[in-house]
Amino acid sequence: MEKFLSALIEGMSFGGVYALVAVGLVLAYKTSGVFNIAFGAQAFVSGAIYYQLHNRSEWPIIPAFLLAVVVAAPLVGAALDRMLFRHLRTAPPLSRLVVALGLLVAIPEVVGLFFKVTQATQYKGIVPGGEIVYRPLSGVAITRDDLSIILSAALVAIGLTILFRYTSLGLRMRAVVESPRLTELNGIRSDIVGTTAWMLSSFVAGLAGVLLPTVFQQVSVINYTTLLTAAIAAAVLASLTSIPIAFAGGIGLGILQQFVSRYLPTGNVFASNVKPSLPFIVLFVVLLFKRSLSYEQGLKDPLAGVDPPPPVPASAVRSRELTIGTRIFGFVVGTWWFYSVLFLWNDIWLDRTIRILIYAIIFCSIVVITGMAGQISFAQATFAGMGAFFSAQIATKQGVSVIAAIFIASAVAAVVGALIGLIALRRRGIFLALATYAFALFFDNTMVRYDWVGGGIFAIESQRPVVGPVDFARPVPGSTTRDTAFLVLVLVVLTLVGIAIIWMRNGTTGRFLDALRGSETAAASIGINATKARIIAFAVSAFIAGLGGGLLASYKIQFSSLDYKAELGLFWVVIVVTLGPRTVEGAIQAAAGFVLFQEWVLPTAIPWLYNHALPFADITAISIGWQQIFFGLGAVTYAKHPEGILESNKTASLTRVQGLIDRFKSRRDSEIETASV
Amino acid sequence: MRDPLLKVTSITKTFSGITALDDVTLDVSPGEVVGLVGPNGAGKTTLFNCLLGQLKPDRGTVMFAGHDLTRVAPHLRARLGIGRTFQRMELFSGMTPWEHFLVAGRARRGDGRLWKDLLGMGRPSKEERASASDVLELLGLTADARRPIEALSLGRGRLVELGRALMIEPKLLLLDEPSSGLDHAETAELAEVLRNVNVERSTAILLVEHDVPMVRSLVSRVFVLDFGTLIASGTTESVFANNAVQRAYLGTNV
Ligand SMILES: Nc1ncnc2c1ncn2[C@@H]1O[C@H](COP(=O)(O)OP(=O)(O)O)[C@@H](O)[C@H]1O
Ligand SMILES: [Mg+2]
Repeated sequence: MEKFLSALIEGMSFGGVYALVAVGLVLAYKTSGVFNIAFGAQAFVSGAIYYQLHNRSEWPIIPAFLLAVVVAAPLVGAALDRMLFRHLRTAPPLSRLVVALGLLVAIPEVVGLFFKVTQATQYKGIVPGGEIVYRPLSGVAITRDDLSIILSAALVAIGLTILFRYTSLGLRMRAVVESPRLTELNGIRSDIVGTTAWMLSSFVAGLAGVLLPTVFQQVSVINYTTLLTAAIAAAVLASLTSIPIAFAGGIGLGILQQFVSRYLPTGNVFASNVKPSLPFIVLFVVLLFKRSLSYEQGLKDPLAGVDPPPPVPASAVRSRELTIGTRIFGFVVGTWWFYSVLFLWNDIWLDRTIRILIYAIIFCSIVVITGMAGQISFAQATFAGMGAFFSAQIATKQGVSVIAAIFIASAVAAVVGALIGLIALRRRGIFLALATYAFALFFDNTMVRYDWVGGGIFAIESQRPVVGPVDFARPVPGSTTRDTAFLVLVLVVLTLVGIAIIWMRNGTTGRFLDALRGSETAAASIGINATKARIIAFAVSAFIAGLGGGLLASYKIQFSSLDYKAELGLFWVVIVVTLGPRTVEGAIQAAAGFVLFQEWVLPTAIPWLYNHALPFADITAISIGWQQIFFGLGAVTYAKHPEGILESNKTASLTRVQGLIDRFKSRRDSEIETASV
Repeated sequence: MRDPLLKVTSITKTFSGITALDDVTLDVSPGEVVGLVGPNGAGKTTLFNCLLGQLKPDRGTVMFAGHDLTRVAPHLRARLGIGRTFQRMELFSGMTPWEHFLVAGRARRGDGRLWKDLLGMGRPSKEERASASDVLELLGLTADARRPIEALSLGRGRLVELGRALMIEPKLLLLDEPSSGLDHAETAELAEVLRNVNVERSTAILLVEHDVPMVRSLVSRVFVLDFGTLIASGTTESVFANNAVQRAYLGTNV
């Protein structure tokens, strides 16, 4: 009984925080159609500000709380609404999700620019003496901090109920929630109501942000990811519509988590793995079995149909001359690059080139699933990880040749990908994306810990392949041999993958997927099987990711699960979406951006900027974070440039070149005409 | 009488209280052009959706070319030979008319195996190109073949929808108000094309249309729907002479 009560109380304090963010998610989704996964990051902002003010600068609780939660959080919400989400009302739900994803990736790093809070410990909560323990019954303990969470959540719940029931603002908000179109017909400015709702939901997220660290004792981005996932599960349980259900779901999830961790046997691998990943499992199960999620209930804007058509990809505006021209250009640049790598540059550039090519293979998987099938998958790092883990296991334990092992492992990834695609049968758009995310987190937190997957507590090693007489072994340091054989190997694989993708695009698979993206109803009316097409896309994509992941492991020999973390998968989507999700060329650009930005552009550019242009301190403090900020903010433009911002600029300049060619040609033609007359 | 190509028996469909179709029975013979008329909201589009499986009727059966379609998925119904166009146009955004026709031709053949793509054998074959060009020519779309669909006029868009349906070489075409948005000349042209399709390819057509002269010029038999019930059917002349029909739908100026 005591155990039961303690679990209940502890669970309620976790659950209270989850519930707050879940309410924020539903509120924002209903009023703006944005599934704002960036709330995780926004909560982190408030947590960081509060920590900085109260713990570091020793402000009293009340002003610190007011600034962090009552001022900063709603301001961020209002700014995001005004600057971004307001303008995305007619964008497809997936674009809105990608924009929020870009923010989720960028915001914590922007925070890090100003506050050094990563791994900040010894957090002091929003009540004085938070660690004081009350014992209402013998054996049952509750701290002041826990009490503050439970009370805050209850207050928010009561406050929201009163707001919605008895105030005119609340009534209007509820009206917008229930039917934005009708509201506008009744003359209510839904944009003002919308901004208010954003501020309100951001306030709630900010409140969760300052409460969360008390249960984890530290301010760390990772905890906010767990918070976000649990809140997503609760929000999805509420079908993204019902605030009370979202609230109850959050509380329930917190309680469930505590019960599982107290009542499941300890020492059992399964039990100890299930505990941390419970929110992900719940999210996955909810997505799988909740029937009312079959169709996305996003805002149906009556004016959506008058949107300008999406821009044509660069390849479509090119004439033959231009295509030949760009191909020659690409060939020349490629030849120059490889010549330099082989004969002029040092081993660092050889290593970078190899990794660019490997990441290009992995990113090709995103080209298939996002560029061709129009789906967002957050599990690509996981599929790559399967290629790595399984191939390493098969090669080292079963003695299968490395190349064969990578193929087998990729095939396993493809089967899992197909199963995820099967979920696409009934789950569309953001729900499907969320399912892939839940799966990725689940794999990270549970599967990777098994000996037969990620090697458990041991580091895992892969091998270099030997094919017939060719040994791709890593050169011994100090010797004159270089890693060129591996360079050739990955170049060959990338070429094969690239050709396969181009053939798929011009073949049946690509055309069917194009048609499905255009209109699912019409695609069915000519006999296209949407299920089959999607499953194929997922399987192929997972296979390619597995190939790349396996090659990466084999190249590095020693690797870890950190190379394939779910968060990395989010970032990969962001970077590919920014640099060109439609083409193999785009995947190579994205891979070059991924490898070079961090290792070359930043180290080169920042000292230069520091010495010549912007002599202010600490620009180097978050050198890794700059990448996240840069590409995260790049992805924010996705709604406007679904073909990638780089690609859209390329289109623009190519169109200009094309214009010159056309003008030249028409002048020549008229000269010929006048000559012949 | 020949066996009907399409036989619809007692289809009933309600939407949360509204009865959109109430015990509707009709049939179309092979190669026949049949009209389906009725005021807005009569349930014509709903009937089409039930025929193609986009909606599941509450009761009733659909037989097509000897198959019971009740448990057949929409895309398989299309492969059996039912083509349709949509009242609210459903085109593939970002694609050209040429690509619309190619993908439809490929979907009909249904022989798109992944391995063929991966071996580089997925490109459109000579026959596929030829049949796509035929349809382009038939509909007078050759000049617009390579323009993005967004750049075409409404009338051209309707023709692309028709062409896409033709590319699956249907035995039966379901046309949902094909002339809406077209001017007089375009409507006359469309009627001509439909007549050609019917004669040359012996495609049966079930035509939903408000343009009475066009219906009269094309069809041999008419069914009239009003509030989800079939209120009249028979030869064109007899139906249009019917008083109830005139009152329900046509007004007095027939
Ligand atoms: N998906 C739907 N949900 C609810 N009611 C519908 C739906 N589709 C059609 N209806 C209703 O069914 C009736 C018939 O509509 P419809 O088939 O579009 O008529 P028509 O095509 O003859 O103009 C109308 O009252 C319409 O409002
Ligand atoms: Mg209709």
